[in-house]
Formats: sequence, C-alpha cells, structure tokens
Amino acid sequence: MRGIGKSFPGVRALDDVSLQLYAGEVLALVGENGAGKSTLMKILAGAQPADAGRIFVDGSAVRIDTPGAAERLGIGMIYQEFNLVPALNAVENIVLGNEPHRGIFLDERVARERASAVLVELGIALPLDVETARLSVAQQQMIEIAKVLSKRARIVVMDEPSAALSERETDRLFDIIARLRARGVGIVYISHRMEELPRVADRITVLRDGHAIETRVAKDFPADDIIRAMVGRRLDAHFPELPPVAAGAPVALSVRNLARPPAVNGVSFEVRSGEIVGFSGLVGAGRTEILRAIAGADVPLHGEVDVGGHRVRVLQPSDGIAAGIAFITEDRKSQGLVLGMTVRENVTLAHVGEFVGRDLLVNRAKETQATNHYIAELRIRTPSPEQLVRNLSGGNQQKVVLAKWLLGHARVFLFDEPTRGIDVGSKAEIYNLMVSLARNGAGIVMVSSDLPEILGMSHRICVVRGGAIVREFLRGEATPDAVIAVATGAA
Amino acid sequence: MADEQIQEALEASAHQERSKRLRAYWLRVIGALAGLVVVAIVINVFAKGTFLAWGNIVQVLRQISYNCIMGVGQTFVIITAGIDLSIGSLVSLTGVVMALFANAMHFGGLPLVVATLAVGVAVGALAGYVNALPVVRLNLPPFITTLAMMMIAVGLSYKISHGRPIPLQSGDFQGIGIGAFLGGLTRAMHVHDIPNPVIWMIVIVAVGSILLTKTRFGRYVFALGGNEEAARLAGVNVRRIKTLVYVISGVCAGIVGFLYMALFSSGSPQTGTGDEMLEAIAAVVVGGTSLMGGRGSIVGTFFGALLIGMLYNVMNLLNIESYTQKIVLGAVILLAVVLDETRKRYLAKT
Repeated sequence: MRGIGKSFPGVRALDDVSLQLYAGEVLALVGENGAGKSTLMKILAGAQPADAGRIFVDGSAVRIDTPGAAERLGIGMIYQEFNLVPALNAVENIVLGNEPHRGIFLDERVARERASAVLVELGIALPLDVETARLSVAQQQMIEIAKVLSKRARIVVMDEPSAALSERETDRLFDIIARLRARGVGIVYISHRMEELPRVADRITVLRDGHAIETRVAKDFPADDIIRAMVGRRLDAHFPELPPVAAGAPVALSVRNLARPPAVNGVSFEVRSGEIVGFSGLVGAGRTEILRAIAGADVPLHGEVDVGGHRVRVLQPSDGIAAGIAFITEDRKSQGLVLGMTVRENVTLAHVGEFVGRDLLVNRAKETQATNHYIAELRIRTPSPEQLVRNLSGGNQQKVVLAKWLLGHARVFLFDEPTRGIDVGSKAEIYNLMVSLARNGAGIVMVSSDLPEILGMSHRICVVRGGAIVREFLRGEATPDAVIAVATGAA
Repeated sequence: MADEQIQEALEASAHQERSKRLRAYWLRVIGALAGLVVVAIVINVFAKGTFLAWGNIVQVLRQISYNCIMGVGQTFVIITAGIDLSIGSLVSLTGVVMALFANAMHFGGLPLVVATLAVGVAVGALAGYVNALPVVRLNLPPFITTLAMMMIAVGLSYKISHGRPIPLQSGDFQGIGIGAFLGGLTRAMHVHDIPNPVIWMIVIVAVGSILLTKTRFGRYVFALGGNEEAARLAGVNVRRIKTLVYVISGVCAGIVGFLYMALFSSGSPQTGTGDEMLEAIAAVVVGGTSLMGGRGSIVGTFFGALLIGMLYNVMNLLNIESYTQKIVLGAVILLAVVLDETRKRYLAKT
C-alpha cells in the first residue's frame, strides 16, 4: 500500500500511509484507538474507498473497490466482530458463499471434505455439526480463519484476534499463525498487547494520528520504544484550566466493590464534588461497563453506590436519574438520541414530567423555552428546536445529549468518550462545559481513549484493566508513557 | 451575540419552522380533501347521486367506526414497533363474556349497561396485559404472543358460548348500538341522525389523539418506537409503556365488542373473526403510521379507515361484486402506501 489517504467529515483519518507486507511474514500494526489501523485495513479489504494512494499485490497495481474484489485478490479479513452466521454449523459457515453443488442440490459431502481439509491443514479440531452460536469465541475465530483460507487467501488481516482469548487459546492461535506463515501467507496482525508482539511478529509498524510513524524488525523494537512512538509528541489540544478541588469538598460519588462479572470485577473509587476523574484503559478493559453499572443501565450488580453521601439502589436507569446521576453514553446514535425526534423532544426526554401541567398535558411552550436556553448556552447549531436531530452534525448531536442531562440538575456526571468523532470547536466547548459543571460542584467521571484528553482534563486518573482499577495517578504524576504501560500490561 | 439575542433569533426561527410545518400539513390536508371531493363528485355522477347523499355518508362513517376504534388502539402498538393480532378475537371474546354477564345480572337500565361495558373493557385490558407480559419480560416478538392470544381468545369465546350467539335478554342495549344520542339535536337541525358508534368513534379518536400527541405517555410511546435503548437510558420505564399500549389496544377491542353486541342484541363468537383485524391494521398503515415504529398518527388512522370504508361503499353503489372488491382494496392499500413513501422521499430531497 502506497500513499494511502482517507478523510472523514472533520477528521483526517489517514495521511500518506505506506505499508509493505512480504509473503510468509507477520506484520504487527499497533497504535492507539483512532490512530487509523482499522480504517487502513478496511481500505485493503474493499470495505471503504481510499481518497488517495495505490495498492499493489504481487507487484501489480490493483483496484479494490468492493469486498468481492479483495477476496478475488486473495485478501482475507478477520474482524473483531465475526461474520459468521450463528445458526449454521462450522462446515456451512466455511463454505458460505461458494457452496459446492450438484445441479440444484447442495453437495454436503464435498462441502464437508473441503472444510475438513482446511481444518486439518491448520491443525484445528472442532465439532463440525454444532451451530456456531454454541461454540466458544476461540472456536468461532478458528472457523473464521478456516473460512478465509478456504478462499485461498494469501494475505490475512487479523484485527485484535487475541483480545477475547484466554492464554491457552492465544497459544493455539499463535500455532495456527505459524502454520500459515510457513505456507507463505502474509499476515497483518493488529494488536494492543505489547507482551505478545515479540512472540508473534516479524516486523512492527506503529501508526499514530493517521501517519505510519515507524517500522522496525520486532527483535529491535522494545516495548518502551513502541509506546514512545504510539504516544509521540503531539500538538497539545487547548484544554481549559481545571479549577482546583476545594480541600474539604464532600464526596459526590462513592463506589465500593462494584462487580458485574465478567466485565466489572470489584471496582472502588470516590469522586469529590468539583472533581473530574479520568478513566483510561484499552478498549474492552471494562471502563464503559463500570459507568453503565453505576447508572443502572446493566443490572443486576453487586456493590455499593453512594451519591452525595446517601446509599442508592439503582435497579434501572430511572433510579439513577432520580438519584442525580447523568450518564452521557458513548454511542449517541444508538443510545443517546431518538434521531427521528426533534431537538426539543430529545432535550426534554429524560425530564418530560417537569413540563406536564395540571391538565396532564405536556406544555410545549415551556419545553421550547427550556430547549432554547440550552441551544443558546451550549451554542447548538440548529435552525430551530423543531429540527429533527437526525439532521444535525455529530458535535451538535452530542450537545443535544448534554443538554438533555443538564436539564435535570444532576450532581454526578458520567461521560463516556464525550468527544469521540466530533469537531475541534465542539470539543473545546464540551471541555469548558465540564469545567463549569465541576466549578458548580458536580462530580465527574470521564472515560476516554484519547490520552491527551485524559491527561489534560482530569484531576485524577484511574487506569482500568480487566474490569478493575489497577493504578491511580494524580494529575501531576501521570505521563502518557506511564499510563499506556499500565493499560497494556507492560508495567 | 448576547444570549438574549440568540434566544430571540431562535424563537423567531422556531416560529418559522412551525409555520412551515403547519403550511406543509395544511397543504397536504387541503390537497387530500380537494382530491377526495373531485373523486367523490365523479363517483356521485356514476352512482346517480346516491354517493353524496347525507344518509350514505353517515352510513359509511357508521361502517368504519368499529375498525377505526380498533385501529386507534393498534396505532399505539404499531408506533412502539409492535403489532397486535389478537384484537379481532378479543372483540369476539369480550362480546360473548359481556352477553353472559348481562344475562346473569338481576338489574337493568343504565347501571347494567355501564357494568357490562366495564366488564368488556376489563377483559380486553387483561388480555392486553397478558399479550404484553412475554413481550416485556422475555423480549418475545409481539407477533407471536398476540398470534397465540388470537387463537386462545377465539377458542375461549366459542367454548364458553358453545359456538352459538348469546341473545341479550335485556333491551337496554338497543339504544346504544342502533340509536343516536344526539337524535333531538340532529332532528331539530333537520339533518340525518348521527348513529352512536360514530359518536364513540369521534370521541375515541379525539381522546386517543390527545393522549398520543400531548401527554408524557404519548411522548414516551414515540421515543420507545424511535430508539428503545435511548429511551430506557433516559429513564423511560420501557416495560410499563409497552404494557400500556397493549392494554389500550385490548380496551379498544373491548369497546368494539360492546358496540357489536349492542348492535346485534347478542354476543356472538363469530363477531370480529373475519377480516376486521387485518382491515384495522390496514387503516393504521394507510394512515401513515410506520410499521418500523417511531412515527404515526391517530388522525391518520381515521382517514385510513375512511378511505377503506369509502372504497367498499363506492363499489357497492356501483354494483361491483365482492370478489373484485377485495382485489381493488388490496391494490388501493398498496398504492396508498407507495404514494405516501414517494411523497416522503420527495420531501426529504427538497
């Protein structure tokens, strides 16, 4: 791949990235969330078009504009979210899309032979007749690999294949990778786990902010250097000054032994009034699940949650709201907004009751007034409160979600990736808003995968790994390298 | 810009947006009405003046009132992206139960009528609650649970009535089904009587429409249909709202069961087990409510029912036999939905 570029509205995801993969080698691709790894691989797989650059396979330039084209060139993708049909068994999934047939009938004998041939070659034994939904994640992954190979793939991309596997399953995966490599298959291996890179990779390429920063032979690329390349020196975003937490500030939120296995395993922390606590960690570390548990989005759970010194029993989201907890979800389209409703209806959704008059009807004029107040305060760019939220930009949609939660005078705010995918201007406005909430005595928890954001916007930083807080840093003592090292398990 | 100025500008633009929508709304209504009038006049000529006779119009309204009332309940359910297939069977079951109840009572007059209606509504509400239970507790698809209820209710209805209509012993119901409350008024105005079912329909459409568009409950119904997870995380008690929409649908079926029972002076297990349920759903869909949820209106359902009722009426006046009627009706339902979708796509582009 040479000079690949790709832009999304407001973001330059990839800028002049070049990558070489040799037959029979494993190239590890590492970088923070949002560095551009997935976008780059989607372009290779024909799932997204590139804006610039060219791709060569076996020395000749190729056009990959559909997944089908990628498949014909021998490029196979194994996404984190598997593409298996859960109700079909292993054989049916492996031959899916090119089933052997005799006339109009499927030839199940040939299908079975073909599938077992691939599995034997990979040294994989698994039940062929069980529907895949009932197999383990590791087994499903092996079916994915077999499926890609049955289509004679010579280039295989694996997106964080070890993320959901146990130690033993990971060993198994590495055996299979070794066999593939021996057959001359080139493998792109995307991973966050520092400790496994020397075992599996021949070479390592680091991506950061859409650029390929450095490529080295794995033996000569120690973890410290990799982390330094991942974090880099960056233009510091402009973060507002954090007001200091008052010495005797009361505890706004106290969480003790919160557990909801397997994602959340015994979490205890406190947030004082006026304090912003940042939660850092890798994707899948359990950060979002901790917030969801506190807010009552996932039940049942174990542990104790106190808000403002009072024990609360949160059995459903409405209990959390009643207790003064506002949960600003990560995925606004699927969890934060009703896209087909207006700005006004979305802003008042969590507190419609406050606008119901004595006649039991919702007072629209009062709703409009309240909505206009927040449109002005948060500078939501919308032609009117009656605009459908679907038609707003990402940053403005996020502000609508914020307005929804500001309306309720909550005292604890849980922000999950509050600035993901929004423009720089809106980001700054959201930071200012968090500061003013803190100044007014709210306790804030912010989950973010953006390290500078965590470092610039938190009084304290908790690093989450395996569903628990493994280390806490005070504002002054946290450095990007140290946080990443703890989050990836390198320290 | 100062905040006050922003506020003012916003209010002005909100006003503009509203008036734009209102204009679009009235354009649509006037357009539809104008089209209707032209078609009606043409039909009237073909039908030799029988179609636009006041008596015939009242007749059409009376005929659609039953399906329209069922459609009102169904609209709530469909906006939450659900469906209630059991309404026809519930009309049958509630009618039979009410007839048995009325015959077993030893009092008469208005108390009997009110008590009987209350029993029918209660049975409908209970059935709606049972419909909702597996939907909200186990996340089962409402298509399945209400299909099961459809069979159970009609089976029960035949079983307790031994398959025969149960004639009402009291004559107190006749006025409800056939009469006209406003008889004095309409006669004084020298116009045709408005039959009671039509009045029931108008009241239920009005109440349902206010409930759906002006109350917190209605707002939650739309939110739930538009994005259930977002609604849940905003503190909406999703289970309660979902349960209530099926209860409302069951209550509407109970009222229709009552009206049919009064009309026939008997509770018959056959009532409501024909095409009623499908025609009520057709009225909802023709009225612009999305089967995907999140969008719809009760006034739309009324016009949907009216369109279907008028078609039947016109075809009867033109002596078109009933097999052809079905074919035409199916084609018109498809056409109405296709036209509505085309209009929406056109509006989305401009």
